[in-house]
Amino acid sequence: MIEFLVAAAGFILAMVALGLARVLRGPAEVDRMMAAQLIGTGGIAVLLLLAAARGVPAAVDVGLTLSLLAAFASVAFVKGASPSELDEAGGR
Amino acid sequence: MTTATAFNLGLAVLVMVLACWTVLARGAFAATVGFVAYGLLLAFIWIRLGAVDVALTEAAIGGGLSGVLMLGAAARLRASEALIAAETIAAGRRLWAAALSAVTALALVTSVLLLPDPAPTLAPAAAENAAATTLGNPVTNVLMAFRALDTMLEKVVLLLALVGVWSLGPDRFWGGRLGPRHRVDPEGMLVFLAQLLPPAGVVVGIYVFWVGANAPGGAFQGGTILAAMWLLAMMAGLTDTPPSGSRRARLVLVAGPSAFLIVGLGGLWLGEAFLAYPLAYAKALILGIEFAMVPTIAVTLGLLLAGPPDRSAQS
Amino acid sequence: MNMAIVSDIFTIAAVSAGAFFFLAGTVGLLRFPDVLTRLHALTKADNLGLGLVVLGLLPRTDGLLSALKLISIWLLVLLGGGIITQLIATSARRGGPPE
Repeated sequence: MIEFLVAAAGFILAMVALGLARVLRGPAEVDRMMAAQLIGTGGIAVLLLLAAARGVPAAVDVGLTLSLLAAFASVAFVKGASPSELDEAGGR
Repeated sequence: MTTATAFNLGLAVLVMVLACWTVLARGAFAATVGFVAYGLLLAFIWIRLGAVDVALTEAAIGGGLSGVLMLGAAARLRASEALIAAETIAAGRRLWAAALSAVTALALVTSVLLLPDPAPTLAPAAAENAAATTLGNPVTNVLMAFRALDTMLEKVVLLLALVGVWSLGPDRFWGGRLGPRHRVDPEGMLVFLAQLLPPAGVVVGIYVFWVGANAPGGAFQGGTILAAMWLLAMMAGLTDTPPSGSRRARLVLVAGPSAFLIVGLGGLWLGEAFLAYPLAYAKALILGIEFAMVPTIAVTLGLLLAGPPDRSAQS
Repeated sequence: MNMAIVSDIFTIAAVSAGAFFFLAGTVGLLRFPDVLTRLHALTKADNLGLGLVVLGLLPRTDGLLSALKLISIWLLVLLGGGIITQLIATSARRGGPPE
């Protein structure tokens, strides 16, 4: 069972690596943002699997933190990529 | 090769490939996304190495706040991005830089591989005296009891960084509101997210701080999560950044280091040493200092990422 | 004794299914022709991939608090991921953000 969980974590990590190919290639900034989102979710899955397999329950807390911070970072990315649609810089 | 070794190897290769790409990427945005992904992978590596507290901090800072900080910097540089891209560096200078980086990396690798086995460490001494504070998390013990001076000075460094960022604004806006005003459609989805996520985030942040006494966590990680939730509300236009001259904000900013200083001087006054805790009250004092530090860290990091004062205090 | 085997099989089945959806999501992200279709693939990984992994790990938790933590992680990812994909889709439909 432990071996299976580690293998599953490795498999999802490989998926994350493939997702990185989209970050590298692009071509648009949205593609990179989506790949970052996938990496975040895949990362959380890997963390949860590792927590169960290695008996490191604190890794679940890392996953919890990551889920919040990933949402926050993605919002910042979306705003950074398309500033005119979502907000306007305040006046001097 | 066991599954564990294969996993570690794959992770190491992935991190190095991503690091190379981040250095070579064109455009600040692409490099930032790569850097955030790199931070996430680093968090895995910390967990594999058994350092879950560091992994928590890496996930919080590297996975979220650093990326946003760099995006903010890239946005301010957008006007001159064409100029920066057009600059060409002589091939000779590039070669020197590459050689220097390679030599430094090689030196680090050899020094790590040549460490005596078992490596010299104070960990057993720290573990022996862990009972003094009755806290269950050895990392918190080291941070808040054995090396409390370092932790206190770190908070002062954070404050200095904040003052440094504030000094980047125009003189006439000193004391003014930070960063741009975010105008967002009040019926839109971003506002919806910013209304739902921060309450959950605040609960998680307080939980991560509280659990740090006996399990990986602590004031810094908790404060970072709180800062991220505050920034989310700012980015959705639900709340405006406070003016840098606001008295309340400044009080919160100095609360953490002051608590540290007061306790430290108290230890001196009781005749022992700076930052010595009387044994009977050690745990209470440590938790009290951490309790004062969480708002300070949250507000400091939030203001750091909000940017330099760009508007007058009344806008 | 039987319960343990049943729960093990359940975990293996659910986690494998979750991994499969991660595969589907990643392949979609790499191979679909445009932003909106790739977003669609991405959400499958978010919802079903992570959801099935969480489901598979639930029998292995010790106590209500750990199980609640796992479920809250999934719910937070759903919330954040859902909104983010909406925002990306909106900005993509408006003619795309600058490259």
